[in-house]
Amino acid sequence: MAGPVAALGAHSWSFVRELGRMGRFGARILAAGLRPPYRARRVLREIYDAGVLSLAIVCASGVAVGMVLGLQIYHVLVRFGSASSLGAVVGLTLIRELGPVLTGLLVTGRAGSAMAAEIGMMTATEQIDGMQTMAVDPVHFVVAPKAVAMAVAMPLLTALFVVCAIFGSWLVGVRLLGLDPGVFRSSLENAVEFRTDVLGCLLKAWIFGMLIALVATYRGFTSGRSAAEVSASTTSTVVTASVCILLFDYAITALWGF
Amino acid sequence: MQNTPTRDLVVGLFVLAGLLAIGYLSIELGGFSYGGQGGLRLVASFRDIGGLSLRAPVEISGVKVGRVAAIELGPDLRARVTLDVDRRLELPVDTTAAVRTAGVLGDQFVALDPGAEEELLHSGDELTFTESAISIEKLVGTLVHGDDLGGAQ
Repeated sequence: MAGPVAALGAHSWSFVRELGRMGRFGARILAAGLRPPYRARRVLREIYDAGVLSLAIVCASGVAVGMVLGLQIYHVLVRFGSASSLGAVVGLTLIRELGPVLTGLLVTGRAGSAMAAEIGMMTATEQIDGMQTMAVDPVHFVVAPKAVAMAVAMPLLTALFVVCAIFGSWLVGVRLLGLDPGVFRSSLENAVEFRTDVLGCLLKAWIFGMLIALVATYRGFTSGRSAAEVSASTTSTVVTASVCILLFDYAITALWGF
Repeated sequence: MQNTPTRDLVVGLFVLAGLLAIGYLSIELGGFSYGGQGGLRLVASFRDIGGLSLRAPVEISGVKVGRVAAIELGPDLRARVTLDVDRRLELPVDTTAAVRTAGVLGDQFVALDPGAEEELLHSGDELTFTESAISIEKLVGTLVHGDDLGGAQ
């Protein structure tokens, strides 16, 4: 009788402990990121890895999502005779929700997993231990540049995703279905508001970027030393970061209405 | 890993493209141009503004010239609506403001009808002539109950 209850207790206990460790690791990254030297070269390299290399998948997905969204919503709106508000519906959906969330999930899969695998491999091959032996703080040298790069790259990638997606829905709505380009544009411009929509989108993207960086580097840093454990921490990065993004998305929308 | 100068250039291009995208979203779509104190601020009091919402468009002859910047209840217990209109417009002091609906079920907006006076409106001025929103419920109510035979019909 006591067995399952005790197991539940043990699970909850380890979950809370894990959360606390992750929080402390986040504070360590923050402290390391604020401490000079800032290692601009390393940050630049990480922006290349996380941002530039994710660009192709983000833009391609953006156009595809925009096109299919335009097609689906057009056929619903036509029933109510309000196809002219396609731009508004597509634009708000993309800017407020789909842009940051989908970009977050894509970047998690494309760059977050690579980040976790890289740090996990460094842990497994004792490079992290080696740095500590030489009195080099691995959080400062390896982790902080990655976190900074992710926080910079995510808003940029999200903005590019949204622009690509709007282009995709423009292609379908205006070019394929014959909506008037002026109508599409004006409904889009009237609906989108800088302070509530665009700023909210960028804020979400920034928070998601830091979330991805935290989960990926933490999982890599605490990875076991065997090949199987490195692969497990990579998988767990993708799962944890994706779930975190979806939870935070709901929380941000519920709290601040973005 | 590529050599450093090429990589720097690519990262620079990426950041530039991202900033351009943010700029497009903020300025083109976000309507940054009307924002802030840039425009001509006009105040109009209405007895009933219906479903007029913040940032609803302000139009002259159907052309969008600004947005509704604020809606509050004035000291005379009438709705006080602040309009943020394009600064370049030269509006006479006897301009009329009316709350209209786009189509039967469309959104509400403020329509300005310029008058004929020589004197022009300045920022902060109040519009004297206003026309309240026409509420469909009230119209239907008048039709149904205003008629003496209404109950029987």
